[in-house]
Amino acid sequence: MGISVEGARKSFGDFQALNDVSIEVPDGSLTALLGPSGSGKSTLLRAIAGLEDLDSGDVTINDEDATRKPPQQRGVGFVFQHYAAFKHMTVYDNVAFGLKIRKWKKPETSKRVHELLQLVQLDGLAGRFPSQLSGGQRQRMALARALAVEPQVLLLDEPFGALDAKVRKDLRTWLRHLHDEMHVTTIFVTHDQEEAMDVADQLVVMNEGRVEQTGSADELYEHPANEFVMSFVGEVNRLGDDFVRPHDMEVVLDPDDRTQEGLVQRIVTLGFEVRVELVLSDGTEVWAQLTRAELQRLELREGQIAYLRPIQAKSFNGSSSSTDGASTPHRTPDDGEAEVSAAV
Amino acid sequence: MAANPASRWGLRVLGLGYLTMLLLIPLVMIFYKTFEEGIGPPIDAITSPDGLHALKLSLLMVAIAVPLNTIFGVGCALLLVRHKSKLNPVIDAVINLPFAVSPVVIGLSLYLLYGTGGWFAFIGEEGFKILFAVPGMVLASIFVSLPFVVRETVPVLQEIGTDQEQAASTLGANGWQTFWKVTLPSIRWGVAYGIVLTTARVLGEFGAVTIVSGSINGQTQTLPLFVEKQYANFNSTGAYGASLVLALLALITLFAMNLLKRKEDA
Repeated sequence: MGISVEGARKSFGDFQALNDVSIEVPDGSLTALLGPSGSGKSTLLRAIAGLEDLDSGDVTINDEDATRKPPQQRGVGFVFQHYAAFKHMTVYDNVAFGLKIRKWKKPETSKRVHELLQLVQLDGLAGRFPSQLSGGQRQRMALARALAVEPQVLLLDEPFGALDAKVRKDLRTWLRHLHDEMHVTTIFVTHDQEEAMDVADQLVVMNEGRVEQTGSADELYEHPANEFVMSFVGEVNRLGDDFVRPHDMEVVLDPDDRTQEGLVQRIVTLGFEVRVELVLSDGTEVWAQLTRAELQRLELREGQIAYLRPIQAKSFNGSSSSTDGASTPHRTPDDGEAEVSAAV
Repeated sequence: MAANPASRWGLRVLGLGYLTMLLLIPLVMIFYKTFEEGIGPPIDAITSPDGLHALKLSLLMVAIAVPLNTIFGVGCALLLVRHKSKLNPVIDAVINLPFAVSPVVIGLSLYLLYGTGGWFAFIGEEGFKILFAVPGMVLASIFVSLPFVVRETVPVLQEIGTDQEQAASTLGANGWQTFWKVTLPSIRWGVAYGIVLTTARVLGEFGAVTIVSGSINGQTQTLPLFVEKQYANFNSTGAYGASLVLALLALITLFAMNLLKRKEDA
């Protein structure tokens, strides 16, 4: 059950959008495809929906081979980044579209549409046209439309990408709740790591047409397979061959054999968190994340010398993600990773 | 642009003056000349058997050429926009031919093709008369008015993109259902605009039709040909009267076009 993709390849001219991609999405899970633009995540999603033909590879949806099936027969609900609302139809007709295609009778259609509109909190707006809705409302309408035909899987292509920050946050919380109620296998594409970590059970990190790593948010954050994943799922400083998260950087005033000297360039207060930017003797720019209390205790000022001590650093044997990650897309989290831990 | 009032007014006067000289005065002259001797003579001319026949024939041209060009135009636009192919630029260029080639040349080419010794002359010899008959005039009308629906529909199709069509397909709609329920309603104003322009072109066509029709009174005369014949026979009142009918038909079409445009903007 669930969705599986095996050895998917797809090129657009010279551009290789998918290069031997395999993923497993467990039944009933909420999975995020996470990656920068051009990483192939949208192409993969569209291939699962049947909107894009693969050059090679197989798509299986709920144990049925869907590779050659047209989108109409795959039982997928698809939500587009720019809503793809039928502009000439009312909200009601948009949601009822799939049911009318399936020749549902009027009373049943009406009942189902109103149930769904209630679910997405648009019940009072059934007679409006999409142009009279806000972006968030349009996307909820698109979601209701996709859910109306009771899809086996729900696919969302950057569903909140075109919305402003506040609405995004509300909608993703709401999507999580909706998923918990409905348990339909869901994949959504995003380039926002915070969004992916907030919502998804499983994350698939993609880069340059390949899967870099698959795992839960914790696994990816704590045990990134390579430099790319480490820097994509969170902030990172580079100290020689070591990679250190800003919150794993201790700032002290007295040097010892494990500290590095740095000049405090800028101190930015972001509410509870304080961002201290330093430049090291070799010119490397790094930053440390401190709390307000720590800053006050240290009495740091811009222009002074301080010492940095990495509490936890990772190195990936000098390999960079784009070359090493290519040959082994499915790595276990501890592979090729040396962890340097220090007692605090 | 923040132009000063003097130059703004200057431009307006220039624009209006140009339009008045070239368009308005000639049209007003037709009205004036038509009714110079009262309302009787022009009405007699138009309601004469030949006049009525010409009007009917003009409307018949519209009734045949416009639907055919609409179906072809929408299909062709879909092909050009939705199915990328190396042949598309060639098709695109061929569709523009009627814009580039003089209507008289189009008429002549049809004459060469269907006339004695032409490749398709055998059709006429089988008893289905094409030249100097309605079928030839229909062919000429279709030819000259072919590009309008394609040209008006292509940009609209490009603008709406494929998202809505893809959404329809994931919701279970097949190609035909998607076309009727999603694509066509989305491009309807573009298509309608193309239809209006096609109608105006077919109504007004003279050059191509005059060559293939032979302009036989009461048989193969459309309104523009009737006007020309009346004028050549020194029946200027009849010519003006028929011109007025043509002008009115054109105005109705233009009015319809403006109405559609306003709806599109809303």
